[in-house]
Amino acid sequence: MARPDLILQTESGLHCPAGDFYVDPWRPVARAVVTHAHSDHARPGSAAYLCAANGAGVLRERVGQQARIEGLAWGQTVSLNGVKVSLHPAGHILGSAQVRIEHQGEVWVIAGDYKTEPDISCDAFEPVRCHVFVTESTFGLPVYRWRPSAEIFADLNRWWAANAAQGRTSVVFAYALGKAQRVLSGLNPDIGPLMVHGSVSRFLPHYAEAGRTLPAATTGTLEHIAQAGGRGLVIAPQSTRDSPWLARFGDASLAAVSGWMQARGNRRRESLDRGFVLSDHADWPGLLEAIGATGAERVGVTHGFSSSLARFLREQGRDSFTWNTQFEGETWGSVTEPAPEP
Amino acid sequence: MGLRHRARPRAVKTFAELFETLDGENSTNAKSAALRAHFASASPEDAAWALYFLAGERLPSPVSGRTLRAWAGEAAGIPAWLVEESYAQIGDQAETVTLLLPDPVDPPVVTLSEIVTRHLRPLSGGTPAEQSRLIRRAWAELGRTDRFVFNKLLAGSFRVGVQKTLVTKALAEVAGLEPAVMAARLTGRIEPTPEFFQKLLRPENESDEEPRPLPFFLASPLAGDPSELGPKTEWTAEWKYDGIRAQLLKSQGEVWLWSRGGEPVTTAFPELAQAGNRLPEGTVLDGEILVWTPGNDQPSPFGDLQQRLNRKTAPAALRSRFPAVFVAYDLLRLHRADLRGKPQSERRAELEKLAAPWPSSGTLRASPLLEGNWEELAALRRQSRERGVEGLMLKHRDATYASGRVKGGWFKWKVDPLSLDFVMTFAQAGHGRRAGLHTDYTFALWQAGELVTVTKAYSGLSDAEIQQVERFVRKNTLDTFGPVRRLTPTLVCEIGFEGVTQSPRHKSGFALRFPRILRLREDKPAAEADTVDHLRALARQSGFEAGATGSPAFRQQWLFPDP
Repeated sequence: MARPDLILQTESGLHCPAGDFYVDPWRPVARAVVTHAHSDHARPGSAAYLCAANGAGVLRERVGQQARIEGLAWGQTVSLNGVKVSLHPAGHILGSAQVRIEHQGEVWVIAGDYKTEPDISCDAFEPVRCHVFVTESTFGLPVYRWRPSAEIFADLNRWWAANAAQGRTSVVFAYALGKAQRVLSGLNPDIGPLMVHGSVSRFLPHYAEAGRTLPAATTGTLEHIAQAGGRGLVIAPQSTRDSPWLARFGDASLAAVSGWMQARGNRRRESLDRGFVLSDHADWPGLLEAIGATGAERVGVTHGFSSSLARFLREQGRDSFTWNTQFEGETWGSVTEPAPEP
Repeated sequence: MGLRHRARPRAVKTFAELFETLDGENSTNAKSAALRAHFASASPEDAAWALYFLAGERLPSPVSGRTLRAWAGEAAGIPAWLVEESYAQIGDQAETVTLLLPDPVDPPVVTLSEIVTRHLRPLSGGTPAEQSRLIRRAWAELGRTDRFVFNKLLAGSFRVGVQKTLVTKALAEVAGLEPAVMAARLTGRIEPTPEFFQKLLRPENESDEEPRPLPFFLASPLAGDPSELGPKTEWTAEWKYDGIRAQLLKSQGEVWLWSRGGEPVTTAFPELAQAGNRLPEGTVLDGEILVWTPGNDQPSPFGDLQQRLNRKTAPAALRSRFPAVFVAYDLLRLHRADLRGKPQSERRAELEKLAAPWPSSGTLRASPLLEGNWEELAALRRQSRERGVEGLMLKHRDATYASGRVKGGWFKWKVDPLSLDFVMTFAQAGHGRRAGLHTDYTFALWQAGELVTVTKAYSGLSDAEIQQVERFVRKNTLDTFGPVRRLTPTLVCEIGFEGVTQSPRHKSGFALRFPRILRLREDKPAAEADTVDHLRALARQSGFEAGATGSPAFRQQWLFPDP
């Protein structure tokens, strides 16, 4: 192992010196490979962006219409300074990618955020064989085990129908990109009108363009709100909670959809009527399964419970290290609004 | 918990379903409806246990929390350190254990009494090996919510965010009785038996006459200036004693002493029981138990009273070293007549008539009224600490003796806390509502150029301030030890406390009583925080230095905590 690491952690983010590019840089750089369009991974200001082809549209919403963005088809390889780079589905949100980096026979995969569970709003996670795998650990504790999403959607639809029967609007707080569309994908539009906040609808055309068919939803502009009041279901970011906009829907039952809802304490702290446990991050078994499937000799752990997961992996005989990020993983309600994608 | 919202609608047949509703619902009406439905439809066996736990009663915990977590780790194939880190994140032991265990397959529907009799009761007295086997059997047999209930009961208490008044009201409605009658029937011991439960619901109940305490009237804290209460002539003032609240009863020829927590403490204070013998039949006195050495003009510190608490009996040596008195401040029944609906001034007059023959330094004595206008009372209040009391009680002359905390009749006008500026040095993940946030803080004072740990404090911050401190903690972590983070010592907080005592068990040599955060002092550099010498000076001034330490945790087993 005399060879220096292919990827290094720097002030600006993960850097590949041989290829002279960054992955999900925190500061403006010359060349940024971006795993997905959430704001803690996609920062504006870089000179050039490389991302998955079907993620280019949502990335543009995030980093600006003028940004130079190049989209890569899944598995298509480009050479950056002689370093081979390709992108592979991460299953987190539309266009979310794992970055495969190969140089002089050594393969690294930066997974970004990912989940192993099926999600019809994006392409499914694909394990990629590698020597070094860099994984997230947002839910890297064994208390985080998800029930199948089909059961959660059934619960959501039942809750919505029960509210509609009582003349109450159902409000689902979900992150505007990814989670909101995933929730939409699981709802039964026969129950009542579906409405989304403007911050959610701005991403919907990109889903249609990528061939991800979602139930039709109206944008909750003033003239449409009356359609949803009492029977409808509204998907909005948590930051709208105390807004006059939300108050217009009248008597409402409030729910959050997040992996953090697994803990009663989080739900009780927020005084929500319901907390649905549905995450776009891998749960504990999902993380272990994904790591195992890469066949990696070394595992870098970042974003979340990194020291816990790394220690567990070491005890299982797998070499692993931690990387701290500027964003100390995502937590529920402990960072400023809008809450990062849980 | 992930499984709260299963296919079942609002039927509240099992305790698990009741729990899911109480835990998941925000609306008081929905909680109340679920309680009524459960009490009306459950078998008396199950309803009795539900009432028992919801009222806050507990069974002795057969295994320690650490042992339970260790067994859960073994059952789930998770190393112990990882179980502990999960616990720190989830913040609730029963919930952590439930989330760690593999999901049950096709669990049967079970009742609460089955959980208690089949799974909980057989644990007491067993060897660790037997206990481990039985607990694993329970985990294997129970569905996820039942398992959570079982794990909660294993840990002892069962707090689900439902107040006893709500339970009382639901029961009263099921029985078709006034809530006050039900409250009286529920004061004192609650037995988890079908007989007890059925008796509770009867229209007439011979135990309405039993020697049980009446629901205590609770004072509200006085926030502003007492002159805002109106003219002083409408109010009476007394010392607010630093003992334990209790009722002394004479009924059917016997004397009973009940603590505010609903525990009979008659045998722990035989001198008070004896003194109570002289009371007329059908008397209920409300007052304070204190340790008060004959000849002293003020009561002993709370630490002395602690020596008498949590005991079944009191040997003569203990009684003579820490002699107890009962200071009566209200008369609720006399000759079996209920005086609670009469105004304060009339009850006080009756009390004074009753107490006329009692010597003022006797075991049984009446709380003296304090004279003076608001300014003079304010001056008296400032002497509270030297006089060994917590401040003043203000009672409106027309106030009836209500049940619970009804604002407006009684106010506690406590002395301002002592306070110093401390530096925050460690933060630990909180529990329950504060799980995942670092809300258990450790504070230090300067001594010879170094920071010495003095106290922990948990309360006092608003939700917004908790978020603010959380951001500080995340940015200023030097080391992480599981749930504990060592911080760069830069954040100064003003900590208030009721007293300070010497304690060889503490690194600084001092222990604080009821420490809490008064405010964040971001304006103040850490170097300007206070010193251990400042604390020593406070200890000397307040005269507490020689007393025994009063541990808040210990005290709260006796008194519900005064918010």
